[in-house]
Amino acid sequence: MLGTRSIKTTAKAWAIDLAIRMVDLTTLEGADTPGKVRALCAKARRPDPADPTCPPVAAICVYPAMVPVATEALAGSGIHTASVATAFPSGQAPLEVKLADTKAAVAAGADEIDMVINRGAFLSGRYLEVYEEIAAVKQACGPAHLKVILETGELSTYDNVRRASWIGMLAGGDFIKTSTGKVPVAATLPVTLVMLEAVRDFRDLTGRQVGVKPAGGIRTTKDAIKYLVLVNETAGDDWLDPDWFRFGASTLLNDLLMQRTKLTTGVYAGPDYFTLD
Amino acid sequence: MSDARVAVRKTYKLFIGGKFPRSESGRSYIAQDANVALASRKDVRDAVVAARAAVKGWSGATAYNRGQILYRVAEMLEGRRDQFIGLGLPAAEVDEAIDRWVWYAGWSDKISQVYGGANPVAGPYFNLSSPEPTGVVGLVTPPSFLGLVSVIAPAIVTGNTVIALAAHDAPLAAVTLAEVLATSDLPGGVVNVLTGDPAETAPWLAAHMDVNAIDLAGVTDQALATSLEEAAAGNLKRVIRPPASTPNWSDDPGLARMTAFLETKTVWHPKGI
Amino acid sequence: MFEYAPAPESRAVVDIKPSYGLFVDGAFVDPADGASFKTINPASEEVLSEVAEAGPADVDRAVAAAREAYDKVWSRMPGRDRAKYLYRIARIIQERGRELAVLESLDNGKPIRESRDVDIPLVAAHFFYYAGWADKLSHAGFGPAPRPLGVAAQVIPWNFPLLMLAWKIAPALAAGNTVVLKPAETTPLTALLFAEICQQADLPPGVVNIVTGAGETGRALVEHAGVDKIAFTGSTEVGKAIARSVAGSRKKVTLELGGKAANVVFEDAPIDQAVEGIVNGIFFNQGHVCCAGSRLLVQESVYEPVLASLKRRMARLRVGDPLDKNTDIGAINSAAQLERIRTLSDIGGEEGAERWSPPCDLPEHGFWFAPTIFTGVTQAHRIAREEIFGPVLSVLTFRTPAEAVEKANNTPYGLSAGVWTDKGSRILWMADRLRAGVVWANTFNKFDPTSPFGGYKESGYGREGGRHGLEAYLDV
Repeated sequence: MLGTRSIKTTAKAWAIDLAIRMVDLTTLEGADTPGKVRALCAKARRPDPADPTCPPVAAICVYPAMVPVATEALAGSGIHTASVATAFPSGQAPLEVKLADTKAAVAAGADEIDMVINRGAFLSGRYLEVYEEIAAVKQACGPAHLKVILETGELSTYDNVRRASWIGMLAGGDFIKTSTGKVPVAATLPVTLVMLEAVRDFRDLTGRQVGVKPAGGIRTTKDAIKYLVLVNETAGDDWLDPDWFRFGASTLLNDLLMQRTKLTTGVYAGPDYFTLD
Repeated sequence: MSDARVAVRKTYKLFIGGKFPRSESGRSYIAQDANVALASRKDVRDAVVAARAAVKGWSGATAYNRGQILYRVAEMLEGRRDQFIGLGLPAAEVDEAIDRWVWYAGWSDKISQVYGGANPVAGPYFNLSSPEPTGVVGLVTPPSFLGLVSVIAPAIVTGNTVIALAAHDAPLAAVTLAEVLATSDLPGGVVNVLTGDPAETAPWLAAHMDVNAIDLAGVTDQALATSLEEAAAGNLKRVIRPPASTPNWSDDPGLARMTAFLETKTVWHPKGI
Repeated sequence: MFEYAPAPESRAVVDIKPSYGLFVDGAFVDPADGASFKTINPASEEVLSEVAEAGPADVDRAVAAAREAYDKVWSRMPGRDRAKYLYRIARIIQERGRELAVLESLDNGKPIRESRDVDIPLVAAHFFYYAGWADKLSHAGFGPAPRPLGVAAQVIPWNFPLLMLAWKIAPALAAGNTVVLKPAETTPLTALLFAEICQQADLPPGVVNIVTGAGETGRALVEHAGVDKIAFTGSTEVGKAIARSVAGSRKKVTLELGGKAANVVFEDAPIDQAVEGIVNGIFFNQGHVCCAGSRLLVQESVYEPVLASLKRRMARLRVGDPLDKNTDIGAINSAAQLERIRTLSDIGGEEGAERWSPPCDLPEHGFWFAPTIFTGVTQAHRIAREEIFGPVLSVLTFRTPAEAVEKANNTPYGLSAGVWTDKGSRILWMADRLRAGVVWANTFNKFDPTSPFGGYKESGYGREGGRHGLEAYLDV
């Protein structure tokens, strides 16, 4: 049922702009270079150079080594610099390495940290270890916001997703995030539904609001709008804001821009008219 | 009890990306005594996405491979000759259509030999011009089956991919041709066939910014043709205008329908030690 | 040591008859005088079959059949119907590809990997390509309604038996001619299987006629008053004799003859890649290739590393059973050819060039010659001037691009050449100056039906392949 709403005209225009403002524009490749990251930052500031009314995205998401480049390129824009950390994407490193990874990213200028939970410990039932590791990373973040990547594709069951969501929130995470984008199964609507229910219930219980970030595999405007409907009808209005809901994506942005143009011009747009960075 | 067997009837659907979906609009109409999918603008959109996705593989295939596949279409069409005759088409027209595929199959690896070549520039440079496909081509096809084949084959043989809008009142042969194409090793998305009302769908195709060219062969309404050509100007589509008078599709097709959807690329390179 | 176990292709796919007649007017017939000869497997010297030897009366009969088919059927048939027959033939060749490949390797001695992956696919592609021209002759650039010539007499060599047949028959038939073809006496079997394929395709009788025999049969065919066109691939010596014999007649002639190609390696070439090209250039098909890169011209500054790398690579070549899928170099096609290779190689040694072959166990039976290079060769050596037509490479050096061009062109031949350099502009500079019909740059021995092939100077005249290949069979 959820996600099957028909979103048209003014509602669609509003949703597209909101979705653009929620994008964590991401590049997490071994092949990343300062040039590539600078180009992505320029795209983040002005996603559609032809249209000044198009809003900027929420954040750039990069590897720690690229944080200084991104911070410099985004200075004064209000766009956040998010860095993955804690031996992303596997998380298979000693705790002190993960903490050093985190501190280095924050020191380099990252104001958001996307950590991965210890799935090995989680799947062996060592939940306390998972909790303590998140708490330690949260401390290492200092002022930076912490997003906790559950890697739901490896957790397999909805029960596991719910449990991991709660561990992440209880340990101090500011956001819970579905995936690294590096395993075959990334964000799905049902998994995001479970996580939205968890943040809703967590706030009811504790009064603290935690954000949600589906990441990986969201490529079309149609998909993005389905997620927004899910947010609206599960967690509610309070989450329909870039401070509380994000899309981790790279190709989604251009589809949002094409659909935005279609609404303005009345004809179907083509990819040649949007920048590829 | 009667001995007459109750026939299993065919559902005539769209052909998009190598699959046979119904219209996303859920609509159909009656044509040639059958229910036929009534395509919407969103079917046009989906077909363009499928056609665009197929460009890289199809234009990158060797000319030899494309020629083999078009010849395979002729083989498969020959095998289904009776099915087309059963739709009321004259046998001679079906035969001509089969031969038309054979004719165009042979052009795949020859068109650049008659439409490209070395240019003797006044300087120490290698200079070679070669034709390349323009990309995604929209086709408003004529009601004649031979005409349908005669606009699809020249567009795809050179490496373009197409969205063919079948004639409103004669869609069955177009859908049946799609079934032939689907079993001829032609990659999905190279030919997409939409039935319905071209007067409704063609404007979306003509205005689509991700379509590179359009053939108005099947447009008989001059006002519609003009408006489609105007819409096509939005991204400078290459346009083949409707024929001035009802064409005789069994005439020698010449090269015009191939060259209209080719770009010429000229490569310069210095010569020297 | 990692010894590869034998991986032979099965012979079971081929059914060789104990004897074959001539293919005339759509049927196999006995020769008038009952003469025949044996064709053997050069890898084992085993007799494969007994084949009819056509005499003058048989050639007469074949030419008459071709003439009748030309007058009454083939020249009158619409191009699109000729196209359909050629497409049929192309398809049957594709379907019977493995059978043809095994038969070709048995009769010729070439490695199955080459007959399977190069010869036979190119044969099918050639028929497919020219099938497409049959209904498009008015677009080929030879006028609005070009006419065929009539009956074509075609004589082909033994190095690529079926491929040379395809190069001859496909364009001839596409243009509307009928043919009488004589395959080489050591490799007639795939041509006779092709005759069966013509029957299978319901090709009208007389359009293709195959007369088997040796040099005398060939002479009778090309000198026959009833032929309008001669297409010959073979030695320059015979080519010249043919050119003499047609003097004063109206016969149109194309000749694809010998070569002594230079393969030029510059100092900036990627050496390992160049060495692969050198090996392919001279050892492909045992060096039985008219366009083989038989003269290696290496820039002096990289002579040592190129030679070292070449020898290392040659030591890995596997000589042996042509039907083994791991074989790189098969059998020499005949005892006579082996004798010629031996003689010229011995002369190379006597004239002072240094001979080298990798250690190599050759089979006891059959005709074999180890891959061989000669260093210290100069333009004055016979092995640098004469076509050896075997797995023998002469290595020379040069200092400047101008010297490379001079040496490369310093030959009566002009069929092909190779250039190895990372500099695009130098490739084109060289290509402008090399007097050869095909120039391969950073590759060698590449063939495609769309690409014209043929020589300058004593390598012959006319082109086979591509749009140009049609001209040889049209009255233009």
